[in-house]
Amino acid sequence: MTDRFVYMDYNATTPLHPEVKRRMTEDLEVYANASSMHEAGRRARSRVESARAAVATLIGSGDDAERVLFTSGGSESNNTVFATMFHLGRKGPRKGIVTTAIEHPCVLNSAAWLCDEGFPVRFVGVDSHGRVDMDELSSAVDDSTLLVSVMAANNEIGTVQDMAAIAKLAKSRGALVHTDATQAVGKIPVDVKAWGVDYLTMSCHKLYGPKGIGALYVAKDAPLVPLIRGGHQEHGLRAGTYNNVGILGFGAAAELAWAELPAYRERIGALRKRLAEGILAAVPKVRINGHPTEVLPNTLNVSFPGAEGEAILLYLDLAGIEVSTGSACASGSLEPSHVLLATGLGPELAHGSIRFSMGRETTADDVDYVLERLPPIIARLRAMSTVEA
Amino acid sequence: MSEAFSWLYSDTVKEHFTNPRNLFDPAEGFQADAQGLTGNVKCGDQMMFMLKIRDDVIADVRWKTYGCASAIASTSMLSEVVKGMGIREAYNIKPDDIARKLGGLPDNKIHCSVLGDKALRAAIDDYLDKTGRSGLFRNEGATVICTCLNITDRDIEEAVKAGARDWQGLQERTKIGTVCGGCKEKAEELLSDYVHIFA
Repeated sequence: MTDRFVYMDYNATTPLHPEVKRRMTEDLEVYANASSMHEAGRRARSRVESARAAVATLIGSGDDAERVLFTSGGSESNNTVFATMFHLGRKGPRKGIVTTAIEHPCVLNSAAWLCDEGFPVRFVGVDSHGRVDMDELSSAVDDSTLLVSVMAANNEIGTVQDMAAIAKLAKSRGALVHTDATQAVGKIPVDVKAWGVDYLTMSCHKLYGPKGIGALYVAKDAPLVPLIRGGHQEHGLRAGTYNNVGILGFGAAAELAWAELPAYRERIGALRKRLAEGILAAVPKVRINGHPTEVLPNTLNVSFPGAEGEAILLYLDLAGIEVSTGSACASGSLEPSHVLLATGLGPELAHGSIRFSMGRETTADDVDYVLERLPPIIARLRAMSTVEA
Repeated sequence: MSEAFSWLYSDTVKEHFTNPRNLFDPAEGFQADAQGLTGNVKCGDQMMFMLKIRDDVIADVRWKTYGCASAIASTSMLSEVVKGMGIREAYNIKPDDIARKLGGLPDNKIHCSVLGDKALRAAIDDYLDKTGRSGLFRNEGATVICTCLNITDRDIEEAVKAGARDWQGLQERTKIGTVCGGCKEKAEELLSDYVHIFA
């Protein structure tokens, strides 16, 4: 076995930024209820609001920080939007939900729930690079459409959507627009104003902050029905005592992500290029999935025909390299990645797909270690295989 | 690092995954008397068994697998188990026997070991065909599913191989469940497994 440990699963989750960790450790002392009127409460509240400002700045809402609501994470943020649509659709004339075939299960299952409740739901397809088919989107959205929900960047293949164009189209037909930007925030510039979206979902643990905290941006005139009812926190839109440490951790992570973003993009982008070129040079017959240019700088999804993804993942794991796969074997179902299938990839290429997602701590040395260990693993599995590469 | 934590599968699975036994090596020049291929790349698993048979005993075996860790490990384990075994006994190995020898498999991985025994049976059937004894063992060791009409799991398997894809198609071919219907749940479970493997 090996002492090397190369974590390349940052799209699943990230470690705490050391500075976030340091600040959260201090923040553990901030115990007062941020809704209390007394001084300790007011102090806590003031720090919560500073954190909100940092998160708002990261998504281009710095001048209107109160549009950001803290939630327990991306899933809650997405569920809040879809629950709001349930209430709006029952009472209003618009009921149509338009989303895409490559969304996170959280959005897919929320859309499926609305479908069960009698809402017309359309799943728009994507092209071979994973970009939303704008013609299909255009024909799917009309004056009965209540919501258009499109993820800003895909978790598996990293493809980034043209959110401004999508939102413009949806708005021109009077629909509300939601984007699940869980994978985009902290990796690429995100600007709710330039994009023109009504709702934007964020999760903190994807940007070197703690788990269990996220946020939902809600544009000024966009309707919102609380998912969690109770006290008056977050203007009554999301009840529950403020999660001081989580929120302050999110604030710290957002502040650092904002400051580090330009350097991060450049450095990680170069590592992605090094990894992609290295794999193409060392392993015959591979396919890089996702968009060639409109892609997250840290995400590289590769199909290895003739080798099965779970086996690749576990051999890499034994070499100390942590990745993920779109294989059915790893999903617990019998179907491989719905994202890769939606891009038109055959099931075999989807079963043999590996996602490398890099992050702050990834070094060129890590990439070279992967390039040293990966090719013999693929060669070994292909030699073992009944399937020609 | 990894050793400090319990693995996804049993230690035996890990051992066979990292050191597969009797793996086919083209450089070796293995001359098979019979071979069988089962599974479907679409589903992510495919296995091939190659057998050398002397006096109806499996003298040597090689295999290839496209599949996950448990597919690789169960094929490897099966290859060890059948070496030196008579073809009739080998034909009747059950997936559970292999899963047990591997120290258990997660529920969603049982179909991987189901494939190994099917590829082995296909290889033995190939040998029986070549020696003029086609279908000799076909109904041995089969489990009766429909007690009214004495229809076995093998009959369901054959029906799926012949094109049955749903309950109606299975009934058209076998008349299963047309008397009391009590076997429907079990039969549909097998149908779904076999469609996954053979369709």
